[in-house]
Amino acid sequence: MILHTVNQSPFNNQSFADCLKFCRKGSSILLIEDGVYAGKKGTEYSALIESNNNINFYALAVDVKARGLTEDLSPAISLISDREFVDLTVTHKSVQSWF
Amino acid sequence: MRFSLMILGAPYSSQSVATALRFTQAAIDAGHSFHRVFFYHDGVNSGNALITPPQDENNIPQQWQSLADKHGIDLVVCIASALKRGVLDKKEAERYEQTNHNLNNGFTISGLGQLVDASIESDRLITFGP
Repeated sequence: MILHTVNQSPFNNQSFADCLKFCRKGSSILLIEDGVYAGKKGTEYSALIESNNNINFYALAVDVKARGLTEDLSPAISLISDREFVDLTVTHKSVQSWF
Repeated sequence: MRFSLMILGAPYSSQSVATALRFTQAAIDAGHSFHRVFFYHDGVNSGNALITPPQDENNIPQQWQSLADKHGIDLVVCIASALKRGVLDKKEAERYEQTNHNLNNGFTISGLGQLVDASIESDRLITFGP
């Protein structure tokens, strides 16, 4: 399965939407840098995340914290450390970056 | 596992360089190794030896240099991207009759073949977009 990373905010870039279109069942999406804004509670993007049970969603905890979103992130997203980011790249067959 | 990275973002403009540096450190701490870091597009600016940030701020070219020194990572800047952005080594400066060169120690200028090689020789090639 593929690990997709998204590093742009969905509010000013198409990469999150494009990634969702291509992401297959059982794959994972990791939100990094401004990509974490896709996980903000109560937005159309977090609604897409919450209604999708076929994909695993993660966000890099340092980037979420840096943007003050720790308490405001959709519960459908797992917060992970840099070390866990490395682990995800190992457990997935390849990594596709969207930017 | 053996990793290679491709970095497209410029230091101090894009967060990608900082993310890639943290990823590299975390992977090394987890016992993984690195084959190559390939700097492409604006990423080649990480190889500029003249970057001089304030002393209390991160010196990104130096951080790459010391990681590469310590862990035997091959740092390659793309030749086409680098020359266009004014990042030259001694050989290229002579070839184009420029009076100065500024490629940081520990970096080499090479072609896209090194990116292809990185994808073949590594278990994972990870792109950090701008």
